[in-house]
Amino acid sequence: MKNLSLMRLSIWAYLAIFFAYLLGPLVIMSVTAFNSPEFPRATPWECLTFEWFSALFHDERILNGIKNSVLVGFGTVILSVAMGLAGALMLTQIWPKLRATYYTIIIAPILVPGVVIGISTLVFWDRINRMLGLGADSFLSNGLFLTVIGQSTFIASYCMLVLVARLQRYDAALTEAALDLGATHAQAFRKVLLPFMKPAIASAAVLAFLASFENYNTTTFTFGEYPTLTIELAQKVRYGITPAISALAFIIVLLTVFAALFNEANIRRKELVFEARKGATVEELSSGRFKMPGFLSSNWAAVALVVVACATVVVVGTATVYSPQQCIANVQEQKRLETEIRIQELQRQRELRRQQQEAEQGSTAPAQSQPADNNSGFGGVFAPNTLSGEEESGAAEPAEESSGFGGAFAPSTLSGDGN
Amino acid sequence: MSAGVGVDLENLWIRFGDFVAVRDAKVHINGGDFFSFLGPSGCGKTTILRAVSGFLEPSEGQVLIGGKDMKGIGPNKRPTALIFQNLALFPLMKVWENITFSMEIKGASARERRKRADELLDMIALPDQGDKLPSELSGGQRQRVAIARALCAEPDVLLLDEPLSALDLKLRQHMRTELREIQKRVGITFIYITHDQGEALTMSDNIAVMRAGVIDQIGDGKTIYNDPSTAFAASFVGENNVFRGTVKQVQGDTALIATNRSGDLLARVSSANQGKMKAGDDAMMFIRPEAFALAPVGSEGDHFVTATVTNEEFEGNAFNIFMEGDGGKEMKVSLPNLGQSFDSHKGQSMTLQYDVQNAVALPAGDLATE
Repeated sequence: MKNLSLMRLSIWAYLAIFFAYLLGPLVIMSVTAFNSPEFPRATPWECLTFEWFSALFHDERILNGIKNSVLVGFGTVILSVAMGLAGALMLTQIWPKLRATYYTIIIAPILVPGVVIGISTLVFWDRINRMLGLGADSFLSNGLFLTVIGQSTFIASYCMLVLVARLQRYDAALTEAALDLGATHAQAFRKVLLPFMKPAIASAAVLAFLASFENYNTTTFTFGEYPTLTIELAQKVRYGITPAISALAFIIVLLTVFAALFNEANIRRKELVFEARKGATVEELSSGRFKMPGFLSSNWAAVALVVVACATVVVVGTATVYSPQQCIANVQEQKRLETEIRIQELQRQRELRRQQQEAEQGSTAPAQSQPADNNSGFGGVFAPNTLSGEEESGAAEPAEESSGFGGAFAPSTLSGDGN
Repeated sequence: MSAGVGVDLENLWIRFGDFVAVRDAKVHINGGDFFSFLGPSGCGKTTILRAVSGFLEPSEGQVLIGGKDMKGIGPNKRPTALIFQNLALFPLMKVWENITFSMEIKGASARERRKRADELLDMIALPDQGDKLPSELSGGQRQRVAIARALCAEPDVLLLDEPLSALDLKLRQHMRTELREIQKRVGITFIYITHDQGEALTMSDNIAVMRAGVIDQIGDGKTIYNDPSTAFAASFVGENNVFRGTVKQVQGDTALIATNRSGDLLARVSSANQGKMKAGDDAMMFIRPEAFALAPVGSEGDHFVTATVTNEEFEGNAFNIFMEGDGGKEMKVSLPNLGQSFDSHKGQSMTLQYDVQNAVALPAGDLATE
């Protein structure tokens, strides 16, 4: 009994650690998007602010990067889903003895480093461009074109893997049945195979878009005049980052959560409808009195979706009316005060030490070559006593400087006549 | 009722590499016939069906539908509709969409299609089920939807590839009658593929018995059952007891066969082999279990068999007696239950007699292994 609860406890602890590891960075980053300091940090919490979002939406480079990423994303989705579907169909049609070899070849781009794909795409299309005698501004050397081509090289393989999984459950007799009933091959493909593949095509498209959106190492060679978001972010980081990037990350996280919840809610709803249809009698179905289950009933994902949506609306509403100026001013004032207090504290300590030194020097012989009382970190090498030791035996004058740095760091120097 | 469109296979050969799936098939199928290809799995009957429907090009020979050579004409252009073994209903389409798929291809409006679907649903006795998905129907209902879908294409020839094999026994028996009914109503040619001799016998006008790519015999059910032309056909269609031996003497249409264990027995030479059997040939003799009758004890002669009873069972409509057989297998005898008393003879010797007309002598050959 005790063992069991211990077991259960450790499982929960493990889960907590696991999720903290997975989601912790995202949470911290999201928090920094709402904190006012110039450098993204979660602690100390200063002021709730939405200015980083506005900074984000006023950053031309980021916006342009997002636009390019979306363009490249759509291009990649279309190209790689089409190629992936073709590749998957080929895999099911090919002579069985060749299948393994074909599979290896078609999967190879996933194993090739993205950098290599990037360079080779660039070199290859540049060659073709030259062969055709086109200039540096031709379509073939266009950054969008090259990025879409380069990314699709390996993203198409991912798509193929997703599509093959679905295609393996396809009964080839269905196509034959369509042909037998008079359909052409194109009609059989469009009316029978494509509807069957639709869910897998949707997954492949989402996968392709995400893979394209986050791609950096291939794109970095091919983007030309069309830097994508990842490229822009990477360039920004070189000059230091601001919480505007956290704000962007927060938006992306939020959109992902939305999409995931929406998808989950839809799946759950379909299941519920299916259950209800199964339970319904023929009369109910044909008379139209069949009641669909409500969107929110026993659908936790839908409930969560609505809650998140409400929370977002509330946050955006707050953002439009809330002004952090006063808070920021308060924080600045507070910081100024803190700094002053620290300075005063330092000066007080200095003063204390000087008095101590004076007291010591008063009690012992003034021309001491002993650096023992020197509190410099350099073992007294720079101590004025050491330097002036032999010449001026009774020098009381440098005793004022307790540090080896000639008083440059003395509080009095900083605060002028502050004492 | 139209006469229907006939199908002819002329010297049809189908090869896959070195493997010959169909060897020199010559079949004439009358228009409006219910014609069955009967044979064990792997005998090439499905291959023939695929050649007729157009999914396979014959290596040699011709497929004629309505007297027209089908060479180079794809499955979507042939006047045939195929009912697949697994039915191949489109899982994402509703029942009515499934049924009228062939109309959708031709661009018919949804209203027309819906109307036709309702007609066909009435015909297959599934009214008001049009809005369901195939997965929401039972096996027998799906079966009927597949038939309706094929009929909606208005084919001249309907091809059925073991469509009943996935159903349970009760449903299978019910569907047999129903299929036959539908065939009579629509009056088109049905070509039916099966390994179940019961299905073939009950439904077909004519049957082709196939073995390893070769068509052994074509004929109506009675002929195939009573007058088989090969040892395979005799042993595959219905239950049969085999006696091995050599021909001792042929006289007219009867042959005296020296069996290995049961002495000399008389049998009728099957009509396909008359004049071809002569003394000294290896022969097989077949007698159906129900063709035996009890004989007075001690009877001897050329139409009496004496053997030891090994087992007995009561089947309701018949008493089955199993005896030491002649052909390696047990010999089965079925005596109809007419209310007579029946004493057990287990372990004892028993004498049976048969009518020579009911015993068939055939050249020795491969038996069906079932």
